[in-house]
Amino acid sequence: MVFAAKSQRRTCPLALSRVPAGFPSPADDYKDRDLDLHEHLVQHPAATFFMRASGNSMTGAGIHDGDLLIVDRSIPPRSGSVVIAILDGELTVKRLKHCGDRPYLTPENPEHAPIWIDEGSTFEVWGVVVYVVHKV
Amino acid sequence: MPVALVDCNNFYASCERVFNPALEGVPVVVLSNNDGCIVARSNEVKALGVKMGIPYFQAKGVLDRAGAKVFSSNYALYGDLSRRVMQVLGRFTPEVEVYSIDEAFLELAGIGGDLTEYGWTIRQTVKRWTGIPVSVGIAATKTLAKIAAEVAKTRKLWVYAMPAYGREEILAGIHVEEVWGIGPAWAERLKAHGADTALKLARTDLAWVRANMGVVGERTVRELRGEPCLELEDAPPKRKEICTSRSFSAPTDSKADVLEALATYAARAAVKLRAQGSCAGVLIAFLHTDQFKTGPQHYGSRTARLEPPSNDTSVLTRQAARLLDAIWRPGHRYRKCGVILSDLCAQGSVQQTLFSTDDPRSRRLMAALDGINAEWGPGALRYAAEGFAKGWHMKSETRSSRYTTHWAELPCVRT
Repeated sequence: MVFAAKSQRRTCPLALSRVPAGFPSPADDYKDRDLDLHEHLVQHPAATFFMRASGNSMTGAGIHDGDLLIVDRSIPPRSGSVVIAILDGELTVKRLKHCGDRPYLTPENPEHAPIWIDEGSTFEVWGVVVYVVHKV
Repeated sequence: MPVALVDCNNFYASCERVFNPALEGVPVVVLSNNDGCIVARSNEVKALGVKMGIPYFQAKGVLDRAGAKVFSSNYALYGDLSRRVMQVLGRFTPEVEVYSIDEAFLELAGIGGDLTEYGWTIRQTVKRWTGIPVSVGIAATKTLAKIAAEVAKTRKLWVYAMPAYGREEILAGIHVEEVWGIGPAWAERLKAHGADTALKLARTDLAWVRANMGVVGERTVRELRGEPCLELEDAPPKRKEICTSRSFSAPTDSKADVLEALATYAARAAVKLRAQGSCAGVLIAFLHTDQFKTGPQHYGSRTARLEPPSNDTSVLTRQAARLLDAIWRPGHRYRKCGVILSDLCAQGSVQQTLFSTDDPRSRRLMAALDGINAEWGPGALRYAAEGFAKGWHMKSETRSSRYTTHWAELPCVRT
């Protein structure tokens, strides 16, 4: 559920002016409703999950240790997508690439080598990373 | 108009696998509250011959030898994934009846084309979006769809649309007690009457059925014949009764412990009441000792009428505490206690008694309480009677993380 419960939503009012009582700001007429970050980041609530990244192999893609990943399972992975992959029973985040028909996973850090998927290993895409939330 | 029953395969065990793919192919069991009994089994565990519902210790040897992974139940996770599955099903048809945590009926009105193919689209979409594998049974009526889903699952077809011409052959292979709505008592009567399979039940004379099984039985028979008699309920009926109770992790003879537990259950029940916009007219508090142990036994239960009906935490916890004084017998070791709220009515329809006033302060206080707890987590702000230490709390030794409902427990992925 993560963000999905209304109660967990953090919202920001679009327009709120401090005015003396009795003089409503004309700007308030244009206040629609609060901006909901969840609505912006989560297109498919039923299929969207939050995960925590650990490690430094994806810094080139803007994913740092401890970042929050927003993962959508409903999006079909393409060559070039940043994905959560299941590799031999473990979840890992990498960029998915193809060489011909053969998929491989590339880290985004020159210190790490690409991972070729062997015939024998079990490989599956768990979901596609759509946003990274990084604390500055 | 065809109906589909979508049934999650080994739901709790499948939930555990979504965030822990290493469990794929490994025997997985989930235990009940308090880690007592087996409430879910993966296919590997079923293949070991471990039965549903048995106490864990009876199967521990077999499970250990097979390298099974054992989990305490993680209802936060199961509830969230269930909601997601139902949400995905809602994309296929507006007519979804959530039948249980892991089953839903779908009305497939106006679906042109091949129903089996449509069933596969449902199955694949649910699997892709949520990670949960489901079986899909499609047939002319709800009762037949239930059988079709069973066929889909047991024959590992995963999707089965029962054609009208193949119905008799399928029904001939179904024992009468496996038919939806046929309880053990009716099954015995039917077998004595010569109807031991679903097919024979479908062919039973309707007059006999009506005379012996009433209108409910007649509906079942008609449904087996392909005549829809059971409507989809589009909205789940509001709970008519709310029960919150648990076993203590260890039996207790302390009245303070029991009071704390009862107050907590009353508070939890009050939250459920307010969430569905109801008030309770009756509160029942109960406690009992362990009937499977020797020693003095006591089963205490007392009911209080609430005048006027209420959903105020302070009113409910006060009543629960008052009832405990009435049912408490010292010198026993208590195993379980709980609170049942009954005679529920809609909040707006509460009849005022002569001397009471509906206190708007109470309603505001409860709204504030629920708001704070929604923000900070259940029980962040609570009545002191609910206590702090919770030494009596239920046992759940091997619960997996609440991956989807707690910020601190999100699944971790290596980059």
